[in-house]
Formats: sequence, structure tokens, C-alpha cells
Amino acid sequence: MNLYTYASPANFYVLAGKLIPWFSWSAGLLAVWGLYISFFLAPTDFQQSEAYRIIFIHVPAAWMSMFIYLVMAFWGAIGLAFNTRLSFMMARALAPTGALFTFIALWTGALWGKPMWGAWWVWDARLTSELILLFLYVGIIALWAAIDDVRRGDRAGSLLTLIGAINVPIIYFSVKWWNTLHQGSSINLMKAPSMAAIMLQGMLVMAIAAWLYTIAVSLVRVRRIILERERQTDWAKAILERE
Amino acid sequence: MHRFLLAVLRRDLTLAARRRGDWLIAQFFFVMVASLFPLGVGPEPEMLARIGPGVLWVAATLASLLSLARLFEDDHRDGSLEHMVLSPEPTVLLVLGKSLAHWLIYGVPLLLIAPVLGIQFNLSWEAILVLEISLLLGTPILSLLGGVGAALTLGLRGGGVLLTLLILPLYIPALIFGAGAVDGVMAGTGAEAHLSLLGAFMVLSLMIAPWIAAAALRVSLE
Repeated sequence: MNLYTYASPANFYVLAGKLIPWFSWSAGLLAVWGLYISFFLAPTDFQQSEAYRIIFIHVPAAWMSMFIYLVMAFWGAIGLAFNTRLSFMMARALAPTGALFTFIALWTGALWGKPMWGAWWVWDARLTSELILLFLYVGIIALWAAIDDVRRGDRAGSLLTLIGAINVPIIYFSVKWWNTLHQGSSINLMKAPSMAAIMLQGMLVMAIAAWLYTIAVSLVRVRRIILERERQTDWAKAILERE
Repeated sequence: MHRFLLAVLRRDLTLAARRRGDWLIAQFFFVMVASLFPLGVGPEPEMLARIGPGVLWVAATLASLLSLARLFEDDHRDGSLEHMVLSPEPTVLLVLGKSLAHWLIYGVPLLLIAPVLGIQFNLSWEAILVLEISLLLGTPILSLLGGVGAALTLGLRGGGVLLTLLILPLYIPALIFGAGAVDGVMAGTGAEAHLSLLGAFMVLSLMIAPWIAAAALRVSLE
């Protein structure tokens, strides 16, 4: 079997339809398991008491927010290099989930920061770069929304994702150095206390759940995008009539 | 190759010289934004000196964005942009020439105005000198990265606002290193580290931005 068969939107539509239940069910089950570990099995932290439990949501969301951006840049680069339509559709399907996880990471971070640091927001390097990542996501989604022509929109969005991806490390380090020079806060996120094994386990299970969830929803989204773009073809018309 | 670059440069400079109104608006915008801050935060000299570098840098980025929306727009509207892209000369040079012209027209005058605003913000002479160097290194970044944004948003409805949304996050390193250099010299830690990083970022932008902007321009004109 040739894997490239699935680069064709028509074939991928069918494959995605078969894969979605697997990814969604495993994401759901793992999320339940992960939340059970987080709220019932993991012990209360002696320094941070119960409020630390937010990291089980926060850390996977923050990981996903950055990882999804890289995957988008990857699909954008593939699309620009090989002129494959499906890559652009994947990039578009991933963006809203990436922005969502970035927002969740910021929001839960604020909820955690209030009891821990006594402030909803500090201009820490990680917080600031996460905020800038949200700006980048919003910019890309806004660019896609503004361009009606599909072909132009795909390419323009991918170029912006790529220049953003080149810039992300520069932004991260500039914000980090800016922060250390300003000596704003005495909190050091880097020196987190070492974690109990059960806490780490809960976090990893939640991270895998977030991963599978991302795959599931972006497959759902990419199927919609495929149908929308292929609506003039016979197979898409047949599906649309059935629905 | 050089002749094409020079021709683009000369053409844009001539056009700007014949329409001084556009040119002045961006400069006055810079002065006005900077002047609003003392009215907003109060006239205490110590505080103004503290926020001055950051305010002037933010005002410079906004002023450059204001003029960037029209970098390709006028040529696009009368069709000459398509001819220039279709010509056998590389599009990268066209973009580079236009970005360079934008810097000469809108960036360099900021360098001339900034010391006056620096005095208003109670900056020391040493700090003003570093501000000038940081603007000299940093304003080309604004024109180069802005060229990418202008090419991506060419001919879109609400392109100007969208351009701001796309490009401001990319300007952040320039803002941090530029304002940080002046802060560093005022705090006594020296400005060299910041200026070196700013210079490195400028070289990196010079190497990458024209290519991406040229690709974006071809995408937008298809």
C-alpha cells in the first residue's frame, strides 16, 4: 500500500472518518484516567496545597500550544515545498486548537498564579512568550479569515507561520533576557521542586489525552474543510446529499 | 542586479519626494504618540526618563507600521507592481529595494526627530546617543519585517489593521533590545550586549525577510 494515497483529499476523508472514533475515545478515556489520578491519587503538595493540581491541565495545554505551532509550520512548509493541498488544510485545521490551548495555558496559569504568587499576572518570560504565541495564532487565523481566495490564503498563512516559527526562539530568548535584566519578580519558575512520581504520571497521561484530543478534533475539522473545498466533485456531492 | 536595486530605490524616493504630505504624516504621528505619554502618566522628570526609551521605541514601531500599509499598495493599484514582479529581475531585489526606500523615507527621519523627543523625556546625552544607535540598527528591521506583512496583506479589505496584528509580535525582539540598550546605559550596565543582539537580529532579518516577502508578493499577485 502506498502511503501517498492518503495525500489525496478524497482518500484522506475516508481514512480520517475511520480514525476519528479511535482518537476521540482514547482521548476521552485517558482524560478520565488522568483526571482521576490528578484529583484522587496524587497527594496534596506540602508547599502549594491543593492549588497545585491545576498543573495537570496547565502543563499539557502549554506543551500542546507550542507543539501545535510547530506542526502547523511543518505542514505549511510541506505545502509550500510540494504543493500538496491537504497539508494546507491540516495547517488550517490545527490553528483553532492551538489558539485554544494557548488560551487555556494562560488562563489556568493566571488561576494558579493568584494563590501562589499573589498576582494574576507577572511579566515572567514564559508567560510573556506564551502571550506572544497567542498573538501569533490570532494573526494567522485573522489572515486566513481576511483572504477569500483559498489558494492565496493557504500560502499566505503558511508563510506567516514560517516566519513566526523562525521568530519564536528569538522572541523567547529576548523576553527571557529582558526579564532577567528588569529583575521584576523574585519568583523563579525554573527551579520547580522535584515532582512525585504519581504527579508526573498524572501529567503525562493528561498530556497524551490532550495530544489525542488535538488529533481527533483537527481530523474532524479537516474533514469539514475537505468537503467544503471539494464540493464541486462527485464524491463530495454524494456525501453532502446523504448528510 | 545593482542597477535594478538602484532603480527601484530611486523610483520610490522620487515618488516620496513628490508627495511630501504622506511623508510628513508618519513623522508627526511619531511626535504625537510620544507627546501623549507625558500627558497620560504625568510630567515628573524621573518617571519620564524611566519610561522614555520604551515609549520612543513603541512610537517608532507604530509610526513605521502606519506607513508600511502603503508599501506596495499604490503600485498594486495602478498595476506597475505586477510589471515589476513579471520583469526578469529577481523579486527579492524589488522587495529589498522597496524596504530600503521605506527605511530611508520613514526610518531615517525618526533618527533626526528622536533626540528632540529624548530631551523632552529628560534623557541624558549618553542615553540619547545610545537611543540613536539603537534606532539606526533597529529601524531597518521594522522596514524589512514590515515588508513581509505588507506583501501578505496586499489588497485585502482592512489590510492596514491586519498588518498591525500580524507584524507587531514579530517586532518584539527589536523593541526589547532597542529600548533595553538605552535602559542599560541609564542603569550603568552598558548597552553593548543589547546593541550586538539588535545588530544580529537586523542582519538575520536582512537575510530572511526579503525572500519571504518576495514569496508572499508572488502569492498575493497570483
